Amino acid sequence: MNRGRIGAWLALLFGVLYFFVPLLGTFEFSLRYLRGHYSLEAYRIVLADPRFTATLTYSTVLAFATIIVGVVLVVPTAYWIQMRLPALRPVVEFITLLPLVIPAIVLVFGYLRIYNSTSVLPLTGTERATDLLLMFSYTTLSLPYMYRAVDTGLRAIDVHTLTEAAESLGAGWSIILLRVILPNVRAAVLSGAFLTFAIVIGEFTMASLLDRPAFGPYLQLIGANRAYEPSALAIISFAITWGCMGLIQISARGAPGQTAGAH
Amino acid sequence: MTFLEIDNLQKRFAQTTAVEHVQLGVTRGEFVSLLGPSGCGKTTTLRIIAGFEFPSSGAIRLDGVDITRRPPNRRNVGMVFQSYALFPNMTVAENVGFGLKVAKKPALEIKRRVDEMLNLIKLPALGNRYPYQLSGGQQQRVALARALAIQPQVLLLDEPLSALDAKIRVALRNEIRSIQQKLGITTIYVTHDQEEALSLSDRVVVMNEGRVEQIGTPFQIYNFPRTAFVASFVGTLSVLHGQVIDPAAGKILVDGQEIVASRGLERARAGDVCAVALRPEIVALGEGGGDENRMRGTVEEVNFLGSIVRIRVRIKDNAISLDTFNNPRLPPPQRGEAVTVSFPREAVLALEAPPST
Amino acid sequence: MAQVTHPAIGPPRAAPPWAGQLSWTWVGVVPFFVFALMFLILPTGFLAVGGFQDGRGHFTLRNLLDLFQPTILSSYLISVKVSAASAIGGALIGFALAYAAIAGGLPAWVRPTLMTFSGVASNFAGVPLAFAFLATLGRTGLATVLLIKLFGFNIYSAGFNLLSFAGLTLTYMYFQIPLMVLIIAPAIDGLKREWREASANLGASAWEYWRYIALPILWPPLLGSALLLFANAFGAVATAYALTGSSLNIVTIMLFAQIRGDVLHNQNLGYALALGMIFMTAISNAAYIRLRGRSERWLR
Repeated sequence: MNRGRIGAWLALLFGVLYFFVPLLGTFEFSLRYLRGHYSLEAYRIVLADPRFTATLTYSTVLAFATIIVGVVLVVPTAYWIQMRLPALRPVVEFITLLPLVIPAIVLVFGYLRIYNSTSVLPLTGTERATDLLLMFSYTTLSLPYMYRAVDTGLRAIDVHTLTEAAESLGAGWSIILLRVILPNVRAAVLSGAFLTFAIVIGEFTMASLLDRPAFGPYLQLIGANRAYEPSALAIISFAITWGCMGLIQISARGAPGQTAGAH
Repeated sequence: MTFLEIDNLQKRFAQTTAVEHVQLGVTRGEFVSLLGPSGCGKTTTLRIIAGFEFPSSGAIRLDGVDITRRPPNRRNVGMVFQSYALFPNMTVAENVGFGLKVAKKPALEIKRRVDEMLNLIKLPALGNRYPYQLSGGQQQRVALARALAIQPQVLLLDEPLSALDAKIRVALRNEIRSIQQKLGITTIYVTHDQEEALSLSDRVVVMNEGRVEQIGTPFQIYNFPRTAFVASFVGTLSVLHGQVIDPAAGKILVDGQEIVASRGLERARAGDVCAVALRPEIVALGEGGGDENRMRGTVEEVNFLGSIVRIRVRIKDNAISLDTFNNPRLPPPQRGEAVTVSFPREAVLALEAPPST
Repeated sequence: MAQVTHPAIGPPRAAPPWAGQLSWTWVGVVPFFVFALMFLILPTGFLAVGGFQDGRGHFTLRNLLDLFQPTILSSYLISVKVSAASAIGGALIGFALAYAAIAGGLPAWVRPTLMTFSGVASNFAGVPLAFAFLATLGRTGLATVLLIKLFGFNIYSAGFNLLSFAGLTLTYMYFQIPLMVLIIAPAIDGLKREWREASANLGASAWEYWRYIALPILWPPLLGSALLLFANAFGAVATAYALTGSSLNIVTIMLFAQIRGDVLHNQNLGYALALGMIFMTAISNAAYIRLRGRSERWLR
């Protein structure tokens, strides 16, 4: 038994090193801007860059829009499947798993082909329309996580009885969804929302190919041209991801871990 | 001749002492139960014998050999787990033969022994089934066969029947006992069910909060409980708390009423607090005869159980339970009725004071 | 993905009177299906069909055959190698970590901490991850410099280069390992402690326990998770783009270039490239699902 325990500690040590050394390295690198001594100069430069604020704002706004669209799309659907159409559950679950199987780059390739300026729905015609397309792309990316979180949350409450109680008190379906169901799956929705936020902020592929001024392409641009600022950005980015995950833990409290993000 | 010796065992976990001063000598072929409520240390004791825990102090000796520090895979004891713990990826036959395979016995011998074991548990046709295809009772029998296949010196069972339905439990426990007697294997059986312990064992070890309260045959434990805990855990004895008035005469004051115990108070002193137990079947309603004890009280509860009527009579701070046979011509008393109960002097069992913590 | 348990819910009730005819019950899910059609099924279908067409829209297998030309084939091969290497490495290390935290006898706080950190680390991917590894294992990175200072060992002289197959694999493993930890945890939970004890009780050593009991039960979820990791790596592009750029020509990089500027000079070949990618990830995921169901049969 004791030999096994040493092995376990060694494995853990290795994991800790693998996880923390890159972070330490990045942080150390980001402090090297001024030759000779450590400083936060790189951070100062990054935060003062107008493109930083612009792209971060753009991605944040897009993230919020994605979350709202995601909730509006997923919650009624999950509710409807549980209440009225349980036979369709396998179909819907399969669809929600498709974004995990089909790589993001393939999806955006498809969007560019069928929604370009020559198609019926020219979503790439104008900048605003492309923003819309990008938002829908992000909704697709976050669909598996959002759906699973909400579905789990719905199963934890007795949807049928709650609905019947509300109906007997005279509520129509929109009231039921807004006032009865949604508040009860708040924790699940929040955890899906924070995950979506982390996905959108860090996403590169779709934003780059749709040529929108998001945070991801900005990161890559800085990386291609500068030496120390990328590390500072990486630390900032990590802090944002960490913050989101922390908020998920606080709001979900025990929901199974989820993963996502631009790879 | 002590075959398995458990010598002054103690086990501490961080803040709690799970097992303390456990001393027991088991003879070869004996069936001993460790009986007690959850958390009393019975399972910990069993796991120490099996080798899954090492005691903080004390020793385990098997046939004279000290096995306290031996790893669990070199002890030659067979264990039947509460959750059966059958290996899900192996058939019944492979499960039963696992110990032999690990001991590198030849395939033919393994097959012979597995068939023998399957016949012993009366499931000869299930060799090719997987555990998930079996019922709970069948899985438990297979677990027993698996433990016995390696011909262990001691058989350990950890609440093997607690996950099963009541009817299967009774049938299976008798089967376990008959197999044990047929093979003559020394057995330690952990349970919280006193009926199980009393009906199966040669001796019972009653445990509470890590300590041994009493060791004895089922007859001794039930009829002569030594402490209040044993009296209340085994059967439905009434325990009365009172004060000793006259130790020589055995007089006690309980709730302001005087009763006499014919023995057991010789070493007490006047003024001592004491506890005595009464078996329900020995208490009767009414004045009784001769020099029997009498107590007056009010009927608190009447449970009509069919052939038996169980009546609880409240004295003041104490209550007495009595069992009386159903009599169609004499309906039981009503709740709130004032009654007198009587019981012979010999029936008053003086209990040891609980050990001061 | 962890199995979700169903609380006992009764059979679906009939639609209430105000729902009208049966067709009304479909209204609630129409938006979802329209969305799925527009942003999942049609785009993928378009590419898939396009892969089988030539420039004038006629059916052809030419594009699929062209996938086997040397540049493209080698691109797929490199993708497979990087994905497989990071999947196997991630699976082994992730399993060791998860097992250590769950069944390794470590203090109780280790497991939830590891799960939380894994949740964070598995999301730290893409461009920032590439920066992190450049800052750590690049020529002037912290780890490189420390190894020279403390051990006199220069990994670059020894032939290592972050901007290579090995470097990308190492970088990928940063999110593969935590992903493995998260996926394999339920399977390790399913390995009951009593089986270990029962096997010891019957005389088996630790090695025999693993050989006869633990590995037979665990290998389907292990292999399945490795396949999931493979698919995960295969579809990744941002990390590679930021780290190795076009110097390491994996399929996703090639596809990226194709989308940007039709470097293949053949639109339909580009579609076939995407189709090939979907094929790889679909097969891996299907195998993962098959394997996941396999040992669950025993563990009921």
